[in-house]
Formats: sequence, structure tokens, C-alpha cells
Amino acid sequence: MQNNPSIAETARRSDIRNRWLLAAPALTTIILAAIGPLLVVLMFSFMVRGDYGDVKYWQFSTNGWLSVLFERDPIDDSLGLSSANFTIFLRSIKLSLITTVITVLLGFPTAYFVATRPEKSRHIWLLLITIPFWTNLLIRTFGIQDVIRNEGLINNVLLKFGLISQPIQMLFTDGAVLLGLTYVYFPLMVLPIYSSLEKLDFRLVEAGYDLYATRAKVLWNIILPLSKPGIIAGSILVFIPCIGAYVTPRVLGGGKNMMLGNLIEQQFGQARDWPFGAALSITLLVIVTLALLIYVRSAARESGSHGH
Amino acid sequence: MVKSQTAAVDVRGLSKHFGEGDTKVIALNNVSIVIGENEFFTLLGPSGCGKTTLLRMIAGFDFQNEGEILLYDENIANLPPFKRPINTVFQNYALFPHMTVSQNIGFGLKMLGKPKPEITARVSEMLKLVQMEELKDRKVSQISGGQQQRVALARALAPQPKVLLLDEPLSALDYKLRKEMQIELKRLQNETGITFIFVTHDQEEALTMSDRIAVMSKGNVLQIGNPREIYDRPADRFVASFIGESNFIVCKVEKKTRGSATACLPDGTSLTVDCPVDLELPQPATIAIRPEHAFISEKPGKNQLAAIIKNIVFLGTDTHVHTQLSDGTAFVVRQQNVIGEKPLQTGQNVGIRIADGAARILKD
Repeated sequence: MQNNPSIAETARRSDIRNRWLLAAPALTTIILAAIGPLLVVLMFSFMVRGDYGDVKYWQFSTNGWLSVLFERDPIDDSLGLSSANFTIFLRSIKLSLITTVITVLLGFPTAYFVATRPEKSRHIWLLLITIPFWTNLLIRTFGIQDVIRNEGLINNVLLKFGLISQPIQMLFTDGAVLLGLTYVYFPLMVLPIYSSLEKLDFRLVEAGYDLYATRAKVLWNIILPLSKPGIIAGSILVFIPCIGAYVTPRVLGGGKNMMLGNLIEQQFGQARDWPFGAALSITLLVIVTLALLIYVRSAARESGSHGH
Repeated sequence: MVKSQTAAVDVRGLSKHFGEGDTKVIALNNVSIVIGENEFFTLLGPSGCGKTTLLRMIAGFDFQNEGEILLYDENIANLPPFKRPINTVFQNYALFPHMTVSQNIGFGLKMLGKPKPEITARVSEMLKLVQMEELKDRKVSQISGGQQQRVALARALAPQPKVLLLDEPLSALDYKLRKEMQIELKRLQNETGITFIFVTHDQEEALTMSDRIAVMSKGNVLQIGNPREIYDRPADRFVASFIGESNFIVCKVEKKTRGSATACLPDGTSLTVDCPVDLELPQPATIAIRPEHAFISEKPGKNQLAAIIKNIVFLGTDTHVHTQLSDGTAFVVRQQNVIGEKPLQTGQNVGIRIADGAARILKD
């Protein structure tokens, strides 16, 4: 009887050891693939920039982080707020938010349409929605460019029918970037909404009609709240890649309508300011994390107090 | 036995088919039923008989190909469900999972645009009626099946519908709970005075609870009547076999007077039987006899059927004695168990006496 505690203790220890052993592959992957590289980026953001790219190792500097918000006056070397960077931040957030809203507005009816088809044809519809995804992003983006450029399809047709006398400038505007982002990320919104609508018990819709709810009220009070997990998942899947988007703003926005992704790329490319690029990357990460936290919190709170 | 002369629901010549051509399935074939105010009316039949289709058309979820549905003399057959003052208790309850018990119950009133104080008052009244006051703030996923059933009832009763439809609402409950809910449903119907239309495939449930029953099969209504009429005087062979148990014997009808006839059984026994149908004499017919209307006597006598005992099944209060008549027909006798009785033996030769007026000729 006296030995029992120590036996139990030994068993407990070996149990813990076994658990760590079993978790080791997962932990190794997480450390090597996620946390490690992130720490390297964080380190780089606090170093001195190298003359031809790269960084001067182990020389501490906060210049990278200062550049996120401020810029040095080329003449007197004084610090001033960087309005150019601000514009890019705001544009990135604005375009990503608008894209998310548009994809929800277009994606929900699409997902509802697919979810209410007979089971056999649903797969065909889903396939049709995902097929563009199989094509290379660059090719799709250049495709859009070809449609909306000044000598492109839309302008040519409008000119031919005499509806306009001069081409409309569509390419290299925020609108073009918005169009590109919406087109590219639309399936990422449709699929999660579809998967929550597919699980929806349509007898609940009948129950709603039975209890005097019109079509609009059934949509608002029953279908939307129950498909909220899908809408939240879709919004996250669209917002995150949008805010870091690189190809779309580059091809459709041109040099003037840069987004965060382009600014970061510039630092690692032409500008050769790796610490600044690293600091920007971390800033982007923080923005995304904060946005997610706020969004998920508010969504959870709303569903908690739903109803009267 | 219509409680009141006013018709709450008057279904006239309702027909419904699904599909076309070769795949055409007739779900309802020219069905007419008048359901009185305050009645507990049951649609009874096996699955696929059209009872649920009829209920869904009264609710407005499906639409008829032909016919009318009158609700207090107003044709509602083409109105959408949200414009019919009729509510439904669904088979799987269909409670809204994202709402609490109270929110579920108040949903109909909220959709009708009732003022908040009225909704609150009515919801607490309903919670009290179904004894769910303590669980009012729970999510519906956090309560048991029996409790969900009560919430579904309260939700459907809260808007004070003119007619309440119940689509096999007890089928998901275990036996004991089902028995309790049967009594509960009768109590609710009495207290609210609302017309109930109840769909079930369980004949016992139908007999226990209903004021009147419509027996349905293959889209047709075979018989409408109170439980006693349906059980004692089934209109045809299907009704006789679906409701309760019946023994069927092929016989020859010899003499016929008003309402009764003399039937000659294969073994030569002759029997006076009820005969509600017109027959040309002499003619072969089927007679039906309930197992509890036949008695075993150990020594076969005059006007008794000779039989041999094949199997004896003890059921607690009763025993089912499975016998075989001399021509091979199976015949079941149900007898009440009495203390100190000498038990019957399998293989024993016995006589079966039929109670007066218990045998009945049926249309096939």
C-alpha cells in the first residue's frame, strides 16, 4: 500500500513522457515551419540594412520599424510621418474589406443556389465554381487586364457601337484591383457558405413559414443565422489573402495603386531594405490577427444574444 | 361523433400526384374529409398512404393538383403557409437550434408582429402549459427529446392557430414517454379547444386519442369513424387487418336477411354473420373475426370450428393461442389469463366458439 503513490507517480511521468514523444513530429513541424521563420523575420526587422540587400548581421537598428510609420527628409534628415505608407495601408484594408463584403453579397446567393439543387447536379455546380481556381493566378489576372484595358474587349465593343467616344480608363484603378480580388477569391467565399448551407435542415425553413415568417423573414431569422459559421469562415479566407495580395494589385493596379504586398516586395527587391520589409511583414501579421480577433469576437457575441 | 356541427376543415376532392407519365405516383386520390371544430381527428395509415401529403397540403407546404381545402368556409388551398392560421408540430420537432426555448415559442408571435409585452406574456403562459418554465433560457440542443417535444407543441400553440397539425409527433419518443405524451396531448387539446389533426401509423395511438379516425391506404380514405366504429365495424379487409388483429376465413354465404347472413365454413360449420355489403347468393366471401371474440373449448362441440393448437404465446394479461383450422387456415384466439386455469398444450385438438355477432363479412 505504501508503494502505491510512487507507482502512480512513475506511471504518470511515463505517461507525460509518451505524450511529448507522440506530439514531437507535430511540434517539430510547427517550430521549423511556422515559429522559426517568423522569429528570423522578426530578427531581420531589428538589424541594419545591407548595402546590396540582405542585412548586416547582429547590428541592432530600429530603422526598419521607424520606416513603417515615418520617412526621413532627404535634405535635413528629420523624421516625418510617411503619408505614402499610410495611403497604402488604408488602401489595403479598404480594398480587402470591400472585397469581403462583395464576395459575401455575391457568394451567399450562389452558395444557396447550389445547396438547393438536387444532390446530383450540386457537384457539377461546385466544379464549375472551382474550375477557374485550377488556372494559374497570373494568367487569370492578365485575362482580366485584357478585358478592361483601354484597347480591351469592353472598350472596343463600347467604341464600336458608338456608346463612348473615348476609351474609359478602367485598368490601373482601385476598381480594377477590386474586380480582380473579387474574381479571384469568390470561390473561397462560396465553398464555406455552401458547406454550412448544405448542413442546414430545410425543415427548419418550413417551420419558419409555418410560423408566419415570410420568405425575407425566414432568410433573415433562420437561414442567415444558421449559415453564419460559413460566412465567418469565408470572410476570413477572403480577407487574409486580400490584404497581402501581390499579383492582382501589381497587374491591375499598376505602380500607383500599390497594396501592402507590393510595398513589402519592393523592400526585398528594388529598394533593398530588408529590415523595413521584415517590419512591414510583421505589421501585416498584426493587422490580420487583430482584425480576426475583433471579427470573431463580435460574431460570437452577436450569436450569443440573438433574438429578442 | 363530431363534437360540434361547425366544420373547421373541409377537404373537398383533393388529389395530388408526383411525376408524370410512367413515373407518375398518385399520392392522394380524390380525398374528401370534414373535420369538426374542437375535434381530435387522426389520419391513420401505413407509410406511403398519403396521410403526410394530406397534412402538408393543409399546412401549405405542398399544393394540390385538384380540389379545395376550406378553413371555416374560406378556401385556403392556394395560400402560402405563412398566410394560413394553422400551425404544425413536426415529426423531428424542427426547433430552431440557434434560439432558446423561449425564443422558439415566441417566434410565431414575433413574426406576426405582436407587441413585445404580449409575446412575453403569451410565452410564459405557454411555458406553464407545457411545464417548461425552468428551462426557458436553455438552448434547444441542451434539452431532452421529451422536452423538445413539449417546446415544439408550445411553439405551435402559442399563436393560437385555428387548427393544429401533428405529424407523427410521438414516433421519436420511447414507449413510456409516448404514453405520457398521449395523455398530455389530450389534456392540451381539451384545455385549448383547438382542432387537432394528428397523423400516425400507430393504430393503438389512434384508437386511444382520437375523436374520429380516417383510415387511409394508397392515397384513398377507406373509412372515417370514431375508434369504436372503426374497430368493431371495419369497412373492408384492409381496415380490419390494419386496425387491431383479425382472423380471415373464406366461406360461402348461403342465406341473407337484413344486415346478416348465414355463412358456411369450409369444415361445414355454419355461422350467423354481420353482412353490411350487398351480395349475390350463393357467393364466396371473407369473414373477419377478432382474436378476442373467439373462445377455445377443450372439447369441440356443435357450431364450433375444429382446430389444432400450433403455438401458445404468453403476453402477460393475455395469451395468444395460434391454431390451425381443419382446412389449413391459421386462426388466432386471444384469451385472458386466469389464475388456476389448466394450461393448454401445443398439438391439442380443440374447438373454437365464435361470439354472437362477432363475425363479419368484408369486401375484399
